[in-house]
Amino acid sequence: MRAEAKLGLILLLTPLLLWLSLLILIPHVDMFLVSLRERIGVGEYRISFANYLTFINEPLYLRTFIRTAVMSTLATMITLLIAFPVSYYIAKIARGRVQSALFLLCLVPFWVSELVRTFGWMILLRETGLISNLLQWAGLVDGPVEMLYNDAAIMVGLVYTSMLFMVVPLVTTLESLPDEVIEAGYDLGGGGGAVMREIVIPHAAPGIVSGCIVVFMLSLGNYLTPIMLGGKDSLWFTELIYSQFIVRFNWELGAAFGFLLLGLSSAIVWGMLKLTGQSLEKTMG
Amino acid sequence: MKLNCSISIFSVALCTTLSALPASSETLRLLTWGGYAPEDVVAKFEAETGHKVEVTKSNNEEMIAKLRATGGGGFDLAQPSQDRIAGPQEEFGIYKPIDMSKIDTSLFIPSMLEATKGNTTVGSDVYGVPHIWGTSGLVLDTSKAEMVKDYTDLCSDDVAGKVSYRLKRPTLIGFAFAMGLDPFAAYGDEAAYTEIMSQVEAKLIECKPNVKTYWGGGDELMGLLRSGEVVASMAWDTGGWKLNADNPDITFVAPAAGALGWVDTFALPAKGKADEAAYAWINFVMQPEVAAMITAAAGNFTASQGADEFADDDLKARYRASFPPEAIDNIKWYPPVPAGLEAIEGGVLDRVKAAN
Repeated sequence: MRAEAKLGLILLLTPLLLWLSLLILIPHVDMFLVSLRERIGVGEYRISFANYLTFINEPLYLRTFIRTAVMSTLATMITLLIAFPVSYYIAKIARGRVQSALFLLCLVPFWVSELVRTFGWMILLRETGLISNLLQWAGLVDGPVEMLYNDAAIMVGLVYTSMLFMVVPLVTTLESLPDEVIEAGYDLGGGGGAVMREIVIPHAAPGIVSGCIVVFMLSLGNYLTPIMLGGKDSLWFTELIYSQFIVRFNWELGAAFGFLLLGLSSAIVWGMLKLTGQSLEKTMG
Repeated sequence: MKLNCSISIFSVALCTTLSALPASSETLRLLTWGGYAPEDVVAKFEAETGHKVEVTKSNNEEMIAKLRATGGGGFDLAQPSQDRIAGPQEEFGIYKPIDMSKIDTSLFIPSMLEATKGNTTVGSDVYGVPHIWGTSGLVLDTSKAEMVKDYTDLCSDDVAGKVSYRLKRPTLIGFAFAMGLDPFAAYGDEAAYTEIMSQVEAKLIECKPNVKTYWGGGDELMGLLRSGEVVASMAWDTGGWKLNADNPDITFVAPAAGALGWVDTFALPAKGKADEAAYAWINFVMQPEVAAMITAAAGNFTASQGADEFADDDLKARYRASFPPEAIDNIKWYPPVPAGLEAIEGGVLDRVKAAN
């Protein structure tokens, strides 16, 4: 009987283990080995940390990484600031069909691909685009205005693409907060601010944290939005990885960059969790 | 087979249909550029030979990256530029030699065939035969950017903020020539090449405020030029000629320093499985009438002998307007890129992109 149970367990686990090892573990190990190779001649390689040293010694790569991390953090915060009131309204204030309709409205843009959504923003923001023409028509500006190809455009794109991933966990956690608890807060003499600070935000904390992690990771790993909206100044870390792999044929440096991105982003998430006193189990559970 | 065929009428019918087809029908997985395998040509090829064609569109870097990832598998015929074959072949071994006896060499323009064979020879084997050639240079809105005569004029104040080029190696090479340097002569000498590239880097960083955006794909540039947001750019000749059809002001101009000439080739990936179909495709598309169909779709001329007669007159007129005879003599043809140069250029491109 015990042996059978064990066999059952093994059989049940096999697909998962195969998935994890074949599609995640083995490619990562291989990538790590590639990142430790240094090209010394045509088709000749030796093992060294040269690729990681390149990252440290070339200020450009470090700067790009810091820039990517800072912009992603900023995008996460802006997303949270916009998504929180929206989620609060959907979860606590709207009722019945309005509630479903509003939630659906958040979802609808994600039925089209990210590429199409980004093109949409390009049509709006470009020099001959909708907003520029509207401003000229209204007489607010004299000539065409270029709103594309700068950091603000990247930020708009990032916040827009990741909005849903913040709204969903927030709505879920906020819905689990009983209305009576909020009413009790008011009955005990708390003002709007105090109720928000003492009751709603602590209750929503796991949702906020998990939303922030997802949005931060999505922004950090985004490739399309910074490239298309950022133009000549985009400079995103994923772009560096892509160009090392595809344009430069330098898989070794690209693999090293990939591992640094993995390590540094995990470190940032871990730091954020420690800073806010949350743990991964609490957030995901 | 004979025994089986005699069993029933049905089998007889089946056997005759089978023997009517060529010895074996294969699927040709073609890794190529947009426009190089138009649907009408593919349909005609499939009808005539019985082979199937699967087309994957790509560019030079992606082709090499894809073939490198699989060690030269996944595709049966690739079309990298002639200067990008010898280097990657030495480094990664992703191609197999071409059996010239299976190619109908009479279909090719002899000088172009010989030059490509020379540039794609590693050891004693030939790895590429020419297909389509063209140039890159300046695509200008001549009504607004007439003063732009050379790559470096893109940095002039007259076109500030209305310029676009790619952040890729043709830009580095073009600027180097316009600055009076000769990057091709320094290909074999890494120190000299690094020196040239650092001068180009300084120029491109100085020029950056002039640039609206670095374009990535051809369609993106078309959009920028059509809307008038960009009036001067560095691009392929076909891009300029296509826009010229819609707006007579926009056209391709060969720069004073010389247009950069490229030849896209046919190369056989090392683990390709349908060599017979690949050779059949090469010999099929090099026929003058078929080559003219490809020219109509891609906008560029081919290395096919006699295909010019079948080409569209409008395209020929645009070609003559962009290329006076002295500009043709001034075309700088890319020599083979030695392995390792990409790393030097990569650093330059990264630093230009990061500069403020």
